[in-house]
Amino acid sequence: MRFDELLKLSKEEPILKNKNIAHLAINLNKIVSENSVPGLLLDVKEMKNGVNIKMTVSKDVKIKEPIHLCFGLTHEQALQKINLNILVSKNAKICVIAHCLFPQAIKVKHIMKARIRIKENATYVYKEKHFHGVQGGVKVDAKTIVKLDKRAIYKNTFVLIEGSVGKLNLDYNVTGKEESVAELMTKVSGSGKDIIKVREVNNLIGEKARGVLSSKIAVCDDAKAEVYNVMKATAPYAVGHIDCQEIIQDNGEATSIPIVKVNNSKARITHETAIGSVDQKQLETLMARGLNRNEATKAIIAGLMS
Amino acid sequence: MNILELKNLSIFLSGKKILDKLNINFSQNRIYAIVGLNGAGKSTLAYTIMGLSGYRDIQGDIIFEGRSLKDKTITQRAKKGITLGWQEPARYDGLTIKKFIMLSAKEKNNNIVSKVLTQTGLNPVDYLNRAIDKTLSGGERKRIELASILAMKPKLVIFDELDSGIDISSLKRIFDSIKLLKSYGSTIILITHNLEIIKQAGYSFLLCGGKLVLEGNINKIYPYFKNECFICAHKNKPKNKPKNNIK
Ligand SMILES: Nc1ncnc2c1ncn2[C@@H]1O[C@H](COP(=O)(O)OP(=O)(O)OP(=O)(O)O)[C@@H](O)[C@H]1O
Ligand SMILES: [Mg+2]
Repeated sequence: MRFDELLKLSKEEPILKNKNIAHLAINLNKIVSENSVPGLLLDVKEMKNGVNIKMTVSKDVKIKEPIHLCFGLTHEQALQKINLNILVSKNAKICVIAHCLFPQAIKVKHIMKARIRIKENATYVYKEKHFHGVQGGVKVDAKTIVKLDKRAIYKNTFVLIEGSVGKLNLDYNVTGKEESVAELMTKVSGSGKDIIKVREVNNLIGEKARGVLSSKIAVCDDAKAEVYNVMKATAPYAVGHIDCQEIIQDNGEATSIPIVKVNNSKARITHETAIGSVDQKQLETLMARGLNRNEATKAIIAGLMS
Repeated sequence: MNILELKNLSIFLSGKKILDKLNINFSQNRIYAIVGLNGAGKSTLAYTIMGLSGYRDIQGDIIFEGRSLKDKTITQRAKKGITLGWQEPARYDGLTIKKFIMLSAKEKNNNIVSKVLTQTGLNPVDYLNRAIDKTLSGGERKRIELASILAMKPKLVIFDELDSGIDISSLKRIFDSIKLLKSYGSTIILITHNLEIIKQAGYSFLLCGGKLVLEGNINKIYPYFKNECFICAHKNKPKNKPKNNIK
């Protein structure tokens, strides 16, 4: 498979030709294409099994168009290590869309280590979308550490609903100072023998810091999912919420472990967990419009994951 | 021609008889009302005709277009042209109104969604891409369900309390939709206790304690319902032959 074919899977291939949009495309450990825009410093070093990326957004710079990152593998077997260091300076604002494309994977390991620092009043929006092949031969290990300064905003979305998950291990640790906002959304749909582990820790250490950890997971066949959410509030008026929805079918297994810890009487954290099969009324409504059980289930889960 | 016939239809739920030997015929392309107090068995009848899970184990029979529905699943009944509008429509996280209506639509063309939304009084621009979740009001969800049924063009539709959550000023629009369905050839069964809704129907059936106690046009049904049922001391325990029943 050629890399340009791989890029087509992201459906955003034309963007990489636009000089006004920053991007970085990596195949295993090689920079295939790179473009920066004013105010964005991209420093990329190729390593043996991957790349080291340093991304810095200068003070007060607000980049309108999303920055596209593409981590691909045209290989069937490979180890890919990505180290990502991101600094969003004071008052800056960026949005990053990352495509992780492993369509050929038979035995692929993708290890991502991200360190993100979002300075005062800055905004960082990150959307990561995975596209895996159907063989189930992918192992993803992603660890992200995020530090939010005063009034910083961090919005993270992780989506893996196409192809087979394989083994997924997501680990987020977010610490928020005064009036910072952290919103994490994880959407994963597992089947076959997929194993999904999501671990999200959010520390609200500053006054009026806010955090929301949301996950929507669907597992069917023999897939297993475990969502471990920790939300801690130690400052007054910190507000947090955990929302975990898991849908199981067949022999799927879902676990949700929400841990809520508050040691300041002026802080407040809530959590909501729902694990079960597809709602009967939702299902029967669609069946009463002529869909069969399978089609109705698919439509409901696709909606939940959208 | 009868499109639907209930033949000695009874159903037990948790060991309790909820529908009791109903014999009712519905002719094609007419509007009917099913009237009764809370707990009379109206929703149960709707679910039983649709064949929802838990409502399949019946005594007697349900005949649609001359064939028994007894062994038919919900999907099979829907494919024959039967559908149901719920008393309290389902919510779907993430599923958009557009997708939902498209899934229901008989002819899957691009204009159908906007068309049926407009017909139920919802501006497509504001609704197409919204999810059918808790951010929609009860009345909005009712209309979206109605829109999906308009798109389906069913042969037979049962609306369970179509008016619940709909304000009086919007009722006319809803009635227009009912007339539209009738113009498509649909047979419509309206479950209700609302006089305005009963007025839409040419013929009504009054249920009490799972039994059919009276049938006729509004001039016969409504006075009885108002004068006898509202003050009835033995709610949902009908006498064998209610007075006035000229059946
Ligand atoms: N699964 C069940 N098990 C036992 N009893 C049931 C069950 N479902 C309904 N019932 C009873 O059957 C009776 C009829 O219920 P149904 O919901 O059909 O009434 P309804 O006429 O639709 O009332 P409403 O006007 O309040 O909607 C009620 O007494 C109800 O409690
Ligand atoms: Mg009812």
